[in-house]
Amino acid sequence: MRINGATTVLELEPRVSLLDALRDELGLTGTKKGCDQGACGACTVLVDGERINSCLALAVQYSGREITTVEGVDHPLQAAFVANDGLQCGYCTPGQICSAIGMLAEHAAGAPSAVTEHLCEPDPELTDAEIRERMSGNLCRCGAYNGIVDSVREVAVAEQLR
Amino acid sequence: MRPFGYVSAPDVATAVRVVSTEPNAKFLGGGTNLVDLMREGVERPDTLVDVTGLPLTAIEELPGGGVRIGALVRNARLAADPLIRSRYPVLSRALLSGASAQLRNVATVGGNLVQRTRCPYFYDHASACNKREPGAGCDAIGGVNRNHAVLGASEHCIATHPSDMAVALAALDAVVELESVRGTRRVPLLDLHRLPGETPHVETVLTADELITAVELPHLPVAAASHYRKVRDRASYAFALVSVAAALHVREGVVTDVRLALGGVAAKPWRAHQAERVLLGAEATEEVFLRAADAELAAATGLPDNTFKIELARRTIVATLQELLTDGSAA
Amino acid sequence: MTTAPARPDAPPTGTSGPYVGAPVDRVDGVVKTTGAARFAAEHPYPGLAHAALVHATIPRGRVTWIDSAAALAVDGVLAVITHENAPAMRPVKTQSVLDLSTLVPGSTVNHLASDEVHWDGQPVAVVVAESRQIALHAASLVRATYRELPSTVDFATEKRNALPQKKSVVDPGRAAKGDAEAALSTAAVAVDHLYTTPVHHHNALELHTTTAVWDGDRLTVHEPTQGIDWTRKHLAHRFGVPVENVRVIAPFVGGAFGGKWHVWAGTLLTVLAARVVGRPVRLVLTREGVYRTVGGRSPSEQRVALGADADGTLTALIHTSVTQVGRVGGGPEPATGLSRYAYAAENVLVEQKQIALDLVPNTYMRAPGEAIGSFALESAIDELAHELGVDPIELRMRNEPERDPIDGRRFSHRKLREVYALGAERFGWAGRSLRPRSTRDGRWLVGTGVATAFHPANLFPANVTVRISADGGVLVRCGLHEMGMGAATAQAQIAADALGVPIESVRVEHGDSTLPAAPAASGSTQTASIASSLLAACEKLKRSALALARGSADSPLRGAKPAEVQARDGGLHAARGGETYAAILARAGRSSLDAAVGAERGFAAVAGQVRFMSKFLLDRRRWVRAASGAQFCEVRVDAHTGEVRVTRWVGAFDVGTVINAKTVASQLRGGIVMGIGMALSEATVVDPRTGRIVNPGLAEYHVPVHADVPPIEIHCLGDPDPTMPAGVLGAGEVGITGVAAAIANAVHHATGRRVRDLPVTLDDLL
Ligand SMILES: Cc1cc2nc3c(=O)[nH]c(=O)nc-3n(C[C@H](O)[C@H](O)[C@H](O)COP(=O)(O)OP(=O)(O)OC[C@H]3O[C@@H](n4cnc5c(N)ncnc54)[C@H](O)[C@@H]3O)c2cc1C
Ligand code: SF4
Ligand code: FES
Ligand code: FES
Repeated sequence: MRINGATTVLELEPRVSLLDALRDELGLTGTKKGCDQGACGACTVLVDGERINSCLALAVQYSGREITTVEGVDHPLQAAFVANDGLQCGYCTPGQICSAIGMLAEHAAGAPSAVTEHLCEPDPELTDAEIRERMSGNLCRCGAYNGIVDSVREVAVAEQLR
Repeated sequence: MRPFGYVSAPDVATAVRVVSTEPNAKFLGGGTNLVDLMREGVERPDTLVDVTGLPLTAIEELPGGGVRIGALVRNARLAADPLIRSRYPVLSRALLSGASAQLRNVATVGGNLVQRTRCPYFYDHASACNKREPGAGCDAIGGVNRNHAVLGASEHCIATHPSDMAVALAALDAVVELESVRGTRRVPLLDLHRLPGETPHVETVLTADELITAVELPHLPVAAASHYRKVRDRASYAFALVSVAAALHVREGVVTDVRLALGGVAAKPWRAHQAERVLLGAEATEEVFLRAADAELAAATGLPDNTFKIELARRTIVATLQELLTDGSAA
Repeated sequence: MTTAPARPDAPPTGTSGPYVGAPVDRVDGVVKTTGAARFAAEHPYPGLAHAALVHATIPRGRVTWIDSAAALAVDGVLAVITHENAPAMRPVKTQSVLDLSTLVPGSTVNHLASDEVHWDGQPVAVVVAESRQIALHAASLVRATYRELPSTVDFATEKRNALPQKKSVVDPGRAAKGDAEAALSTAAVAVDHLYTTPVHHHNALELHTTTAVWDGDRLTVHEPTQGIDWTRKHLAHRFGVPVENVRVIAPFVGGAFGGKWHVWAGTLLTVLAARVVGRPVRLVLTREGVYRTVGGRSPSEQRVALGADADGTLTALIHTSVTQVGRVGGGPEPATGLSRYAYAAENVLVEQKQIALDLVPNTYMRAPGEAIGSFALESAIDELAHELGVDPIELRMRNEPERDPIDGRRFSHRKLREVYALGAERFGWAGRSLRPRSTRDGRWLVGTGVATAFHPANLFPANVTVRISADGGVLVRCGLHEMGMGAATAQAQIAADALGVPIESVRVEHGDSTLPAAPAASGSTQTASIASSLLAACEKLKRSALALARGSADSPLRGAKPAEVQARDGGLHAARGGETYAAILARAGRSSLDAAVGAERGFAAVAGQVRFMSKFLLDRRRWVRAASGAQFCEVRVDAHTGEVRVTRWVGAFDVGTVINAKTVASQLRGGIVMGIGMALSEATVVDPRTGRIVNPGLAEYHVPVHADVPPIEIHCLGDPDPTMPAGVLGAGEVGITGVAAAIANAVHHATGRRVRDLPVTLDDLL
């Protein structure tokens, strides 16, 4: 597996999830466990640039893939989260950040969402409603949602200007 | 989770061979349902045959105008595919309304079809469940059953099928292609899932060693004007209470073609044939839509917690058809 | 409106400086956005073993047989601990106000000391193994059989047997003025309805987890707790070791909301398991395990009856409640508390009853009492306004009390008129139609609603030390809890302003029992409580610094009096000039200056608690102190399906001083988001036949997701409460109060349908 740019060799039982492998075997505890059931998004990591829930992923299924965890992220979203107070306890934060990175890439590739009005629109505008729908796989019990949406919007706009 | 063996299948032949020879083996798609159920001890395979490496990831246009979708196409990719978005919007919309972006990035077409019910008693070992343990009884009947079936249920099981995608496929007359050591066969999607009857643990017509390899959508012009409406307890990331997949074509105020299917109401994606019969050739008015909905739901029965679904389904059918009518796409 | 003047003996109410009030970034923002912040389950230990719990599957009875053989046969299993082989823990102490740590056990059960089962989900065994996967798998192999005893588990059927709640110093449970029932029966206009709320769970995103490490009879515990000091004392007692031997570490808590206030079974059993296997042990509860072993908010049935003259003057206010406790723990849910202070009714009756059930004991959850009580009261006010045909804000203002309606105490800072004016202006309330179902936008029925937010303010004693070092750095040490409120950031701001130093030079050490003890983070008291001690410590420190300087011939501060000295620019300044702390220390040849407040031990600590309790009670007799606010919202209800979406929110609050504009707004928003969940989707469903929770997971218990939450506008008056340290009234809980009522009121305005049972779901609106 390549994790955050470095190749890592692990001997694991098939039943070990990618999340447990990261946290327990590799000490990469930035990725969080909030449910272990695919229901909260705290465990979101990027696999070859796509966001997934690492808790329902068996680590063996991901051998040879490029995994990015929050520890390997260096992205303007991080500063934006701090500036917009897009976090409180910080437990959902790594998942929100990885998810938002994946989301921006999906949007840039023209992927629609459940609230996209015209499905055939090749380049749907990233409205707040779009951000909220696309980020809905990441729960924040502290309710930092407004700050998260502000951060994502800010970074998306900056990326478009670039 | 119990320990188990893991095999990554390089090709379809190996996949179906291993599953048919290894005792208690199961296919592993994205794992978003299977791994969850294994962690809960509901599924207890000894071997997992990972099929995600199989070359079943294409979305191809068929000569007659239909589309063939590989069983390992991820839900997110299928939803975003230009062909699907333009010709079968109901399918894109159904997929996009399901689960979360993270889950859709790994969930496969095959796994989505065969995912199991979210009945809470099914998940809970301390409860009686005929689906998990045939003959044990059903704690949902007489228990908490807000999310349960109002159509096609039996006294043995009242669970619903949770897939959104399957509801759209049911409306689209999709055909599922299956492969096993015995060869290939094709099953209409509407025949894939079974109603519970006395054997709620038998959920599909698939044999344990049959692999879903593809889903084919026929050429279906009416589908260009189609929509999926999902009603649930929060705005996103929740299973349907009721959903409606609809395609409608109207000419000079008369319904010339229609497809209608319901989700969240039965153990299978529910094709609303009765309603379609009322609609076809009738005037496209709210009153007719209501009559069609009532025809379909005449056989529905509710329990104390879920009777509301009947009225909800009725209203959602009407609302979805109205939307197709008023946004102009049905004309 | 009565605003009390500042009293000479009032605590320091504020600081002047650039930081307090400013939207300072949280001090832990960077570690939390890079993954560097280590939460409780993230500290590596050599030889760490992992635990998993086995839960009872009956509500009440005895374990007749427990079979560990299959679990023990699994490779890597170290121990299966059951009531048959568990070493004894000491039983819980009787609750006493002189030792507040006695309030902290989640239940009175002495886990694994007997075969008794008191609720479905109670742990009956702990499995310890080499890995978490092995432990969980082996736990699934432990088989137990039970002899079931009769049980009562269904709140809906048992509530009629409720008994009046026992009176306590903090919650009298009943209050009355005049004859409210009589006044109600003769009122010109009256409303009289029952409101219900279900069980709620906190669902902090971080799962409850414990890592226990024994070294002889010294114990180290990593535990995301809201009460480090009391957890420590409780563990010392249960495991029979001196308090000094126990260290509890919790620098970051991944959300708590009351759910991590008590010490629950998992914590105790992990410590026990670590003793049994002689290795460090970690338990991370499954999400289901959290539901089964950690209590939630009690369900309630509440009656609110209001009688008024034709002009809307309240003549009668009755608010009674029934809530539940566990038969083996839990406490009153003060659902009617706010109705004592809310309106100037001539006749008032508030009364709380409760029923004990064979369920996991209830616990505190964000704004216990007020969160659900405000739903009932503020819905009823809206109903009365509708009956009278007056604007619901106007009705509230007509009945705004001058003093505590029951006993005439003064309000320290009653600003409801101001917050309503502010909120109404920002929301654009003026001109709203009184008629329900009067606005439609396509498929959506649109309505707006409003409700009062209210949460009492309290204080607890806190110990703090502050040090200034020769390099000018400031170190604040306090075992405070950082669960997302921005507590460390707020105290850094306060210290920076109090000492006149740049915030970058202040470091706050927190979340460890080796630090001076802070009170438990609950009741929105933490900021004010610690600020009180911190300000006093900073005052001491400045005096010591001045004492060093003023005696020195070559200091510009020579002879300066404390009253004329200002702290700024990294030091002290008087009329004739000033100098930095670093310069003062350098001249005096000191490496640092220290000040401590509190930090008492032994007898002094007990005396401190007595002193505290008497001041607490005295303050209560003197003042009604509370944060308050006005919640405004717009909802849209799908005309066909009854789906409800909250589309606009404005909250105007009086939380006293706003220490940090950014984090205070976030806390208030967080409360509102949780309130939206409470209003529309959250409910823990208990199977009435078995007492087993049916939806113990985040896929089935619906907390709000991004798509459920609109932009939330927050406005604060920012006016200090003259009786509270730093003027702070607390912002952690007031945000959730009033939210569910505002939404239910808006739903009524949109649809004409009044829903009195939470959550308001679409089936109520079909
Ligand atoms: C929190 C949460 C919320 C969700 N919400 C929704 C929702 O709103 N709507 C919705 O529709 N779904 C929802 N889902 C379910 C999700 O869509 C399914 O889990 C997913 O589609 C399953 O696909 P998979 O590839 O991961 O299947 P797997 O988990 O890998 O497999 C599922 C089953 O299919 C079998 N299988 C897999 N591939 C094949 C094949 N090719 N041929 C034969 N059998 C096969 C497996 O043996 C297994 O029995 C949700 C899931 C979670 C965890
Ligand atoms: S409804 Fe079906 S799945 Fe649910 S408990 Fe009954 S038998 Fe099991
Ligand atoms: S821990 Fe993976 S989704 Fe919650
Ligand atoms: S910041 Fe606490 S859960 Fe999101």
